Amino acid sequence: MAKKFLSGNEAFACGVRLARPQVISAYPITPQTIVVEKLSEFVEDGSLNSEFIHVESEHSALSCAMGASAVGARAFTATSSQGLLYMAECLPYAAGGRFPIVMMNANRSTALPWNIYGDQRDSISQLDSGWIQAYAENAQEALDLALMSFRIAEHPSVSTPFMANLDGFVLTHTYELADVPTQEQADEFLPPFRTENKLSLSEPKNLAFSAGPDSNTIFKYKEHLGILRAREVIRETEHSFAEIFGRQYTGLTESYRTEDADYILITLGSISGLVREVVDSLREKGEKAGLLRLRYLRPFPNEEIAEAVKNARSIAVLEKDISFGNEGTVYTNVNSALHKAGITAACSDYIGGLGGRNISAEEIEGIFIELKNERSAVRFLGTGGEQDGA
Amino acid sequence: MIEIIWHGRGGQGAFTAARLLGEAYALRDESFVLAFPSFGPERRGAPIRAFTKLDSKPIGNRSEIRKADYSIFLDDTLFSESSFGELKDGGRILLNTKKKYDDPRVVTLDGDGIAQKYLGLPITNTIMLGVLAAVSGLVSEENIAMAISDAMPQRLREKNIAAVKAAYEEAAK
Repeated sequence: MAKKFLSGNEAFACGVRLARPQVISAYPITPQTIVVEKLSEFVEDGSLNSEFIHVESEHSALSCAMGASAVGARAFTATSSQGLLYMAECLPYAAGGRFPIVMMNANRSTALPWNIYGDQRDSISQLDSGWIQAYAENAQEALDLALMSFRIAEHPSVSTPFMANLDGFVLTHTYELADVPTQEQADEFLPPFRTENKLSLSEPKNLAFSAGPDSNTIFKYKEHLGILRAREVIRETEHSFAEIFGRQYTGLTESYRTEDADYILITLGSISGLVREVVDSLREKGEKAGLLRLRYLRPFPNEEIAEAVKNARSIAVLEKDISFGNEGTVYTNVNSALHKAGITAACSDYIGGLGGRNISAEEIEGIFIELKNERSAVRFLGTGGEQDGA
Repeated sequence: MIEIIWHGRGGQGAFTAARLLGEAYALRDESFVLAFPSFGPERRGAPIRAFTKLDSKPIGNRSEIRKADYSIFLDDTLFSESSFGELKDGGRILLNTKKKYDDPRVVTLDGDGIAQKYLGLPITNTIMLGVLAAVSGLVSEENIAMAISDAMPQRLREKNIAAVKAAYEEAAK
């Protein structure tokens, strides 16, 4: 293992190289571009033996990855924002076909107004597409997720495509230190992809077929069970990852000082580092603050959330997303988890960072102060606005 | 945490300097670094900023730096009185200029002169990194040379390392 000074995009590309995908199909878009450029350089310099297909659109990028997966190849693609939306038709197609493609998404705002900066509205709009969704906090986790994602997606009991999300610019374009494992370690962790779900001349079978009203529900139910089984596979994969690489991840969520916390902020992605620092400074002042970081949104960590916040006096969600006409989607999901567990503590939603707007330490501290009111509300950071009827 | 803001114009290598500083500092044990540009489209000649954060513990705050320990100008047309507003107490401005400033917070150096001599181009990013090393002691000349060797193509390495050394010696006078 060697420590390297890498951007989030470069770290992810290093992780993908170690995973030895046989086919990479991609179309460049800011702020994802560098991950694709790096991979094409790796193919060019011979350090990655992969078929690199520069397609004419994102729709084709994912269609091409599906074709590759359908003949049993390990396939990778990457996109962002409008590109993700342009390939949206193919997302449930890949999930329903049970093709374990890995895609990196550089989280970026969606138009209009036109904006290339980071928020999470692009990936969160696709939560129902049937893909696993993970959110990295830093370059190291991005690299490690790149490696783990293939093993989780390809597990025969899961067979579900995997979207690894990196916050645009603040993670994709920021340089930091990351351990880059050796190829030998990576090969020990991740064996070549083997699947029964492929086109084969020796064992002919029908893939990607129609299923009418009589049989459709059972396919969708099995698809749902597959992504739910990822919960256990993620745990196993992280355990095995820790044994080889020495870094232990914590499943669908990561709790920080939540055990005795009165006030817990739930968030995801790269803002978590700043929230952790604010929690520490509040703890020094005697405030019982805690952080729950959602590492995965699908499968959704219902039990983990309920367990982490069960003794809290109040809870807030901080998310870079809004479902127009309702509230932040992470908040909707969290409230469902709380309700199912019979947790009645106040829970508020803070929508921030839209279009790359900075979220400051002072604003996060302000959220913790407002949590003391123990009152549920939906607020937009930076507008002073609170929506009616929350 | 030590925070450095780099000011330059697109094409002057401000972000490269921010990264080289980070990489050089990261050669120490127990060091944590973030280096990033002001995000968005890049245009040649337009003012840009880049940021380096250095610490002995993990850095959670990925926001742009508001108050810096060192604010470095590769181009003196970007420097003005308001530049002092982004300094911490005791912070310093390192300025590439032929002018002189009678202010203890400002360190000046004719970086363009050194750049012409060693690089044949008025590109002062590695030169101002050498000045920072001399003024701050945050990184050694040797570690900068290692970072340059790792990050720059062969044809640029030797002359940039020589330029850093010249700037370091000039600033250390």
